[in-house]
Amino acid sequence: MSIRGAAYIAGIYEHPGRDLPDKTVWDIHIDVALGALADAGLGMEDVDALFCDGTAGFGVLTLADYFNINPTYVDSTETGGSSYLAHVGHAAAAIAAGKCHVALVTLAGKPKSGWQGPSFSPGPEAAFEQVWGMMGAPHSYALAAQRHMYEFGTTAEQLAEIKVAASIHAQYNPNAFLPYAVTIDDVLNSPMVADPLHRLDCCVVTDGGGALVVVSPEVAKKLGKTNAKILGHGEAVKHTNNGRIDLTHTGAVYSGPRAFAEAGVTVKDINYASIYDSFTITVLQTIEDLGFCEKGKGGAFVADGGLVAPFGKLPFNTDGGGLCNNHPSNRGGITKVIEAVRQLRGEAHEKVQVPNCQIALAHGTGGSLGSRHGSVTLILGQEDA
Amino acid sequence: MSTLPNPAPLVTQANKAFWDATAEGRFQLQRCNACDTVLWFPRRQCPSCWTENISTFDASGKGIIYSFAVIRKGAMLYKEAGPFVVAYVELAEGPRVMTNIVECDVDAVKVGMPVEVVWHDTGQGNALYRFRPTA
Repeated sequence: MSIRGAAYIAGIYEHPGRDLPDKTVWDIHIDVALGALADAGLGMEDVDALFCDGTAGFGVLTLADYFNINPTYVDSTETGGSSYLAHVGHAAAAIAAGKCHVALVTLAGKPKSGWQGPSFSPGPEAAFEQVWGMMGAPHSYALAAQRHMYEFGTTAEQLAEIKVAASIHAQYNPNAFLPYAVTIDDVLNSPMVADPLHRLDCCVVTDGGGALVVVSPEVAKKLGKTNAKILGHGEAVKHTNNGRIDLTHTGAVYSGPRAFAEAGVTVKDINYASIYDSFTITVLQTIEDLGFCEKGKGGAFVADGGLVAPFGKLPFNTDGGGLCNNHPSNRGGITKVIEAVRQLRGEAHEKVQVPNCQIALAHGTGGSLGSRHGSVTLILGQEDA
Repeated sequence: MSTLPNPAPLVTQANKAFWDATAEGRFQLQRCNACDTVLWFPRRQCPSCWTENISTFDASGKGIIYSFAVIRKGAMLYKEAGPFVVAYVELAEGPRVMTNIVECDVDAVKVGMPVEVVWHDTGQGNALYRFRPTA
């Protein structure tokens, strides 16, 4: 069974706020849920499937209770920032199996104004990873960047190009947390956080959230909106492999081919890509691993505006991405899907809208390249793709 | 050169033998007797063939730096540590283990550098394995 054409993304909503001290996480879940449902032309009473990550209280139990709905299908898959792309794939499969017709995916969090995020119980690796002063994602992703530089000669300037491209896009997004263009020198002159990553190699920390509505073809037909057709989905967990961690590849080497095969398209067919950008190195490795360029040649690929919309080799993250726009709840997966749908609908800002964007890719990376992470690739098309 | 804190690890049923050995300056590894795989981190079953037929041996304590990051400002216990290095060291026996590089200027650390283990007592009946450049 394939999910190609089995479901559509009919509603999207990105919370416009980036600093929300007066809202609870639950307020934000409601705001984004109602926003995405309104975008689709649906209401809370239409929802029969609910998806959220593992940070939302007791997951779907908490949210179903707060939304006051009685879903027939639920899923709290937790793969960090890539969770929401997995949710879309899982929702499409559930719809294809006849389990539900209207699936709601929500994300909300407040790492900027008051962290109310997850505290996962320690895994069996804890004693061997939690005593070395590794605090947070930048330290861990720096390990990946350092090894990539060593193996392939990738430079700090090349990584900076990724931030520069995102910032060029962000200046057209009035909601972006950093709505202005920066230069390579700005990146290189920003303070080192964890060598070789500078502060501007890192994504923003923002409050907020987003939501998606995934519907069956029967429901999609009744809605007035232009919907994005789900063509393919692939997911993978890349881990430490019994102490043989490989820092230069991401799980995209596995999730990408699965998604492309299901969609029946290749990298050449992709008009726009939302690439998870927790850090510049995340983008570089993912582009290589998805096959947009040869392994190790990502630095050359992103140089000279390779990622700048609308006419770069691979227009990416036209909302400004996690690097400049928004990384709600320290998780950038849902905004990756949202901007891909905007591109397919022709609703991106005119300065960055890819002309006649027919096929888009969205990729999520959750957890850490420096230990274990979840990779999810989605391929979406225009309604008649 | 920074002075690092020596936080005690989270000792569990699964890793107690490993951490007990550190008190004697032994870096104990596990090897599967069925398929010869060297395991990391310690556990009861081989993650390749799932046998519980596993033996332990003392590793050489030698390795090379697979990758590293210089953390310019630590947090919590490491807040006052100054710049320090987190690394993956590839042990001579195969596993790549997360650790700190010490007794070396942070800006002199390189991928591929040969290193050897040094032990830092936690005061809790075990010691942290850190690595310094091989003289």
